[in-house]
Amino acid sequence: MEDEVVLLDFWPSSFAMRVKIALGEKGIKYECKQEDLFNKSPLLLQMNPIHQKIPVLIHNGNPISESLIILQYIDKVWNHKSPLLPSDPYRRSQSVFWADYIDKKMYGIVRRIWMGKEDQEEAKEELMQCLKTLEGELGDKLYFGGESIGLVDVALVPFTTWFYTCERCGDFSIEAGCPKLVAWAKRCKENYQSVSDALPHPHQIYDYVLQLKKKLELA
Amino acid sequence: MEGEVVLLDFWPSMFGMRTRIALAEKQIKYEYREEDLRNKSALLLQMNPVHKKIPVLIHNGKPICESLIQVQYIDEVWNDRAPLLPPNPYQRATARFWADFVDKKIYDLGGKLWRTKGEEQEAAKKELIECLKLLEGQLGDNPYFGGKDFGFLDVALVPFYCWFYTYEKFGRFSIEAECPKLIAWAKRCMQKESVAKSLADQEKIYDFVLHLKKALGIE
Repeated sequence: MEDEVVLLDFWPSSFAMRVKIALGEKGIKYECKQEDLFNKSPLLLQMNPIHQKIPVLIHNGNPISESLIILQYIDKVWNHKSPLLPSDPYRRSQSVFWADYIDKKMYGIVRRIWMGKEDQEEAKEELMQCLKTLEGELGDKLYFGGESIGLVDVALVPFTTWFYTCERCGDFSIEAGCPKLVAWAKRCKENYQSVSDALPHPHQIYDYVLQLKKKLELA
Repeated sequence: MEGEVVLLDFWPSMFGMRTRIALAEKQIKYEYREEDLRNKSALLLQMNPVHKKIPVLIHNGKPICESLIQVQYIDEVWNDRAPLLPPNPYQRATARFWADFVDKKIYDLGGKLWRTKGEEQEAAKKELIECLKLLEGQLGDNPYFGGKDFGFLDVALVPFYCWFYTYEKFGRFSIEAECPKLIAWAKRCMQKESVAKSLADQEKIYDFVLHLKKALGIE
């Protein structure tokens, strides 16, 4: 029996991009359903009643929510290729730790930067600190996963498509502060089709944010 | 062979209690080190430089941070006894989802009960009861969240039981009246030595919070 895989998506969401990269890496065929977050579908509300958020992966009718939980689920079920997590328990715990760190930091900081309110300067500093910490974790490796991309790469790289928006809204250069990280992001996009396919062009994100700010009356 | 296991902890922490329970379930001998959070040890700062928080599990000199990550690590390394996560990927994802829900909701809402007053406190109480009812719903007719056996989500939630007395006193309500099945579950868990030995005494928690409020200058 063939697997039925559906992804409830919202194209600018870094969290949804993570899932698309993972599905791409594993070569899984799936149906992508675009959600309007101002007008959520009955399917989304039924499949994620608790948080009512995307992404939601629906596998043979069973919903899985929360992107890092979805990634670990995908890695376990489709374990025939492109492992996202190492097999060693210690190394696995460290990957999950850094993915969790990214979850705790990136979304909130990026949002505060593009919202452009009084806390923007503080958010810019926090972003650079956070990215420098991640650069330290990357070290001399090609990817956070080592020779190939892993959970941490998949967790982080979608946020890089929001860098242009941060730089425009915050009037600063991320590459100037974190050249290694920007180089890593380029490497991921150039060497992994699953990444380049999943990430929208940075200018598209910027246009989306400009429209969103108008809608929220923040322009 | 076990190796050397050290736990940096703080006795009232529900998060530390999770790790204590997991270690006890697996019957692992370890060294418990109490931290003074106003005067963190050099070891803590060295082992968790990113968050500087407890609990920190140190196995053969290598640190693992974040309580749920620690519980998973313990489950994977000592996988020959008392399994905590189920083998089925969908059940694992479900257990992780609800443990993440506990992390996102219970700690902050419970904190608001003793830190705030008036409308803010009432709103937090209402939301906390809703969340506990949702968790109660997940239990169904099973003795544990793990089904017929004590598992990952049981470990994630049961430490909050020793804080319920504090929440109830400050919030002027009875959790048992609102969620009788949940309290029955908690009492069932307390029959297990691993849980009874790991949870702090509820009156001591209440005294601790009274002192903490004074120290923080909260009325």
